[in-house]
Amino acid sequence: MSVLSESHNPGGHSVTEAARNRRFGPMYSRNVRAVIARGLMATKSSNWMVMLSGFFEPVLYLISMGVGLGAIVGAVQGPGGQEISYAAYIAPALLAVSAMNGAVYDSTWNVFFKMNFAKLYQGMLYTSLGPLDVAMGEIFLALLRGLLYATGFTAVMGVMGLITTPWAILMIPASVLIAFGFASFGMGITSFMKTFQQMDWINFVMLPMFLFSATFYPLSVYPQSIQWLIQAMPLWHGVELLRQISVGIFTPATAIHVGYYLVMIVLGVMLTAGRLRKLFLK
Amino acid sequence: MSNEELSRNQSSSQTQGDQMQYVITAENLTKTYGDVTAVDGISFSVPAGEAFGLLGPNGAGKSTTMKMIGGVSQRTSGSLSIMGLDPESHGPEVRAHLGVVPQQDNLDEELRVRDNLLVYGRYFGLPMSYLRPKADELLEFAQLTDKAKSKVDALSGGMKRRLTIARSLINEPRILLLDEPTTGLDPQARHILWDRLFRLKEQGVTLILTTHYMDEAEQLCDRLIVVDKGRIMAEGSPASLIREYSTREVLELRFGSERNATIGAELEGIGERLETLPDRVLIYAHDGEAALEQVSARGLRPVTSLVRRSSLEDVFLRLTGRSLVD
Repeated sequence: MSVLSESHNPGGHSVTEAARNRRFGPMYSRNVRAVIARGLMATKSSNWMVMLSGFFEPVLYLISMGVGLGAIVGAVQGPGGQEISYAAYIAPALLAVSAMNGAVYDSTWNVFFKMNFAKLYQGMLYTSLGPLDVAMGEIFLALLRGLLYATGFTAVMGVMGLITTPWAILMIPASVLIAFGFASFGMGITSFMKTFQQMDWINFVMLPMFLFSATFYPLSVYPQSIQWLIQAMPLWHGVELLRQISVGIFTPATAIHVGYYLVMIVLGVMLTAGRLRKLFLK
Repeated sequence: MSNEELSRNQSSSQTQGDQMQYVITAENLTKTYGDVTAVDGISFSVPAGEAFGLLGPNGAGKSTTMKMIGGVSQRTSGSLSIMGLDPESHGPEVRAHLGVVPQQDNLDEELRVRDNLLVYGRYFGLPMSYLRPKADELLEFAQLTDKAKSKVDALSGGMKRRLTIARSLINEPRILLLDEPTTGLDPQARHILWDRLFRLKEQGVTLILTTHYMDEAEQLCDRLIVVDKGRIMAEGSPASLIREYSTREVLELRFGSERNATIGAELEGIGERLETLPDRVLIYAHDGEAALEQVSARGLRPVTSLVRRSSLEDVFLRLTGRSLVD
């Protein structure tokens, strides 16, 4: 039996020979598809439960706080000054938080684990794949997951009667924008991490951002200086953006929120691209 | 004999004229991690079709060298050329020529056995029409056909190793990098693996192998370098290294732990070299039986005696020392 017989025909095996003759730079082989295909196959054959829990988390928050707490809070003032239910007020914020959490988890803990423990990337990087293929594939998968979650959550909002305008459908792409901002940064930050203890710092930043970014109550409760601090944080822009979209009210601030994320994506991608060697090649 | 002469001798049958077909050329290859120098200016060349071994104790720099060849670790200085390309500036292209069997299996535990091969092939940009029959062929080669749909973590250590080797062949590599391919395998699995590697070599695949099993190196390698503390200690074929650094035979004598240490003086002059270990005394001699007769003639009565052929292990221990390395 001859495993490599074909490569010894004059001229070599056409397919593997062709694959060898492609020319790339040191970091990228234009094969993000293969990384994405692997991710989809792994999801299909393994952990559905993880997927489901990611979907249910914001739904459970919405039921507990929106419906439960909402019963004593009553109606609150929405972005345009109109009265909306407390559940309708916090639902877009929870969607923004879920986009952030999913993207950060996928681009930090997940990457850290696959790098240092599952050794998945070591295997990938001994093929024609470059670090950029791997990074782009993983970010794409994170965004795809974010898209599914956002779609599911928006549907739940619809079922609960929290959607009053067709504009709300735009929450789905906006969630992906938010996820992209966090994912592009998260992977760059992971390249600086060496131990689990350092990884915990990520949670240390995320939790206060979740609690205080005008998620459950308006920014106006804070003194001016705290307001500025919150407004500098990315999550607040995500919360405000989705909250505006959910009721179909757009202001110049909407452009600022979107712009914030566009800048974040550009900077995050630059950071991650600059750290690829540190992240994957040591 | 210089490095180049050795290489030329090895593959004179494959190439005509002065132009050697080196698939790997390393010159002054150096890698430091902070203050630690893992690889300290090593140079070697490997012609196409050769089985080339890197031997050395733990921490000698073998795996680091392998990583630099694959372009997944950046060298600190020196030059490296794989199939005429620098792995640092042409990583994906260089690796298209390589098959890699890492020291620790890094199979994709989230995928099933056959899918591991298919997905890995996709990483090389190979089409499914090629990969499907190729995956089946490789499963056959690795004797894993009936495990095609199993989960990876259900495989035994030997099966995982064979799958890793099968996976490394999915792109029909010209060069196979094997980092301690049989560590942790039982003797049956090792022999199956050696057989598979032989066949690949027969088909013209260049094998680059690290190991600290001397019998494995003797079995598989045409030529090898012994590396210690990041430097090359010796280079040559297994037979020439034994000739150069050891004698034809070794006489092993045991006088009991108490006496081994003190008996050395009384054995002086027998054989070419004497080595006293806590549990036995080794006499390196061309003729072991003759040396044993001389020992008896001096009235010394060892508890046990054994005459054996010199092995690569004797060379290795002579070159890298007997103290424990971590």
